[in-house]
Amino acid sequence: MLVNQIAVFLENRAGRLQALAKTLSDAKVDLVSLNIADTSDFGIVRMITSDNKKAESALKLAGFTVKSNDLIGIEVEDVPGGLTNILLGLSEEGVDIEYLYSFAHTKEKKAIILFKTSDVEKALAILKKHNIN
Amino acid sequence: MTKYFDSKIETATREEMQDIQLEKLKKVVAYAYANSPFYTKMFDKAGVKPEDINSLSDLRKIPFTVKSDLRDNYPFGMNAVSMDKVARIHASSGTSGKPTVVTYTNNDLEMWSECMARLITMAGVTNKDVAQISFGYGLFTGALGLHQGMEKVGAAVIPASSGNTERQIMLLKDLGATVLIATPSYALYIGEMIEKLGYAIKDFKLRVGMFGSEASSPEMHHEIEKKLNVISTDNYGLSEIVGPGVAGECLEKCGLHVNEDYFLIEILDTKTFEPVEDGQYGELVITALQKEAMPIIRYRTKDITRIIPGTCKCGRTLRRIDKFQGRTDDMLIIRGVNVFPSQIEGIIMEIPEVGGQYEIVVTRENHMDKLEVSVEVANGDLLDNFKKLDELRSKIKHNLKTVLQIDAVVKLVEPLSLKRYEGKAKRVTDLRDLSKG
Repeated sequence: MLVNQIAVFLENRAGRLQALAKTLSDAKVDLVSLNIADTSDFGIVRMITSDNKKAESALKLAGFTVKSNDLIGIEVEDVPGGLTNILLGLSEEGVDIEYLYSFAHTKEKKAIILFKTSDVEKALAILKKHNIN
Repeated sequence: MTKYFDSKIETATREEMQDIQLEKLKKVVAYAYANSPFYTKMFDKAGVKPEDINSLSDLRKIPFTVKSDLRDNYPFGMNAVSMDKVARIHASSGTSGKPTVVTYTNNDLEMWSECMARLITMAGVTNKDVAQISFGYGLFTGALGLHQGMEKVGAAVIPASSGNTERQIMLLKDLGATVLIATPSYALYIGEMIEKLGYAIKDFKLRVGMFGSEASSPEMHHEIEKKLNVISTDNYGLSEIVGPGVAGECLEKCGLHVNEDYFLIEILDTKTFEPVEDGQYGELVITALQKEAMPIIRYRTKDITRIIPGTCKCGRTLRRIDKFQGRTDDMLIIRGVNVFPSQIEGIIMEIPEVGGQYEIVVTRENHMDKLEVSVEVANGDLLDNFKKLDELRSKIKHNLKTVLQIDAVVKLVEPLSLKRYEGKAKRVTDLRDLSKG
């Protein structure tokens, strides 16, 4: 499945993440997942929210540079080897993963894996072949 | 069809113009010597008499006047008239200490308005236009200079002054302004704010911009043209000479036509102070040919430009000077290389993924100059992956290196995080403590 996320350019300065969070809370938007990689002086914050459209327009109005895009999302069993099998399928067919993050549904014993690839259609086809949705 | 404000002057032959210039030059030199204690002293010291000036090149017998002369004679020591003849006093912001004071008689104000009216007409503005002046009103010559010129042309003037950008935008839109007058950096900021506030530029009637009072690159004007949907013209002047009104772009935008019957220009080699050939760059030196309150002869502007050879398609014969590379005062020497902030601006403006604002900081670390350029990430498409941001940074770095021959540190910052200016932008900070070598 495709999962919509929003990416925001953020400078590595005190208070910037807080400003971003406040913009979202003022807009009454709830965060579902939040992901930041460490960088030297700037980074990309990636997130999924309760209402991405609303979040995007609130952030733009507050002056942030924002991009909304779709990731491939898959649900895997939260057990050892869950990810390995999927990655094997993708790498055998030469699909490159640009970045990936995950979060776990503790109640259902499932993990959600989200990843960005340059060839979305091919990746989806491979996953389908392996009966992964 | 190009419309001239004064077709006789603006299309005069070179011989006619030189005759006018020589006649006025002789007069102004004699006038300054007789009436301005500053020039009496200067001429006597140099052993020059007004009678020695019999050709335009004889001008070179006279020493230069520099900015510190105005400061040393603060406030009225350069004046050639008593206060009962003075009609207006302006002052330029002194970066250090006292401001530079300039005075005008009624005739001077009339001459100034005439100069401005020509430039305004040159930029395609007529009595049908509505002109919003977003320069700060006050001691600064920019606002009142354009104001008088617009009135002379017959355009409707909105004296908005600078500041309160949201209100500026409301006025532009609601009053149907067709012409905007501002510094290029403020014009760009107004354009950004129009987008940010969610207005569509097609709902505005703007068609011409006259942007001056700071050096600006052609790329910056392109950016403004895109954002504000205007023809963005440049004009030039400095308060020591008269204020804006010395030179301006016509709609051909191939250099700035000089009001040569009022301002005699020389382009001099920056080291030898010998005249350079037309087409070669040098320092612009100006003699005001018709000023009463405060005559000024051979004023060193510190601005680097060149005469553009050939004639302009607009039909004017007034010679053109090129857009400014920058002031010799603005020039940075970084690791021994001469760098003009305008060169950096040109590079930034050509990269669409970043905004038009930038900041330059020069520091010295371990006896080594470090150039840091900050730009704003404006395009969301860069956020697909980190590599794109990195590639952008490398591209800017590479382009800077190609033009400047030095390595720069490029900082990507958030939109609207760099300081915006309502007047002249201050984009360069030099933190080098040169006493420490």
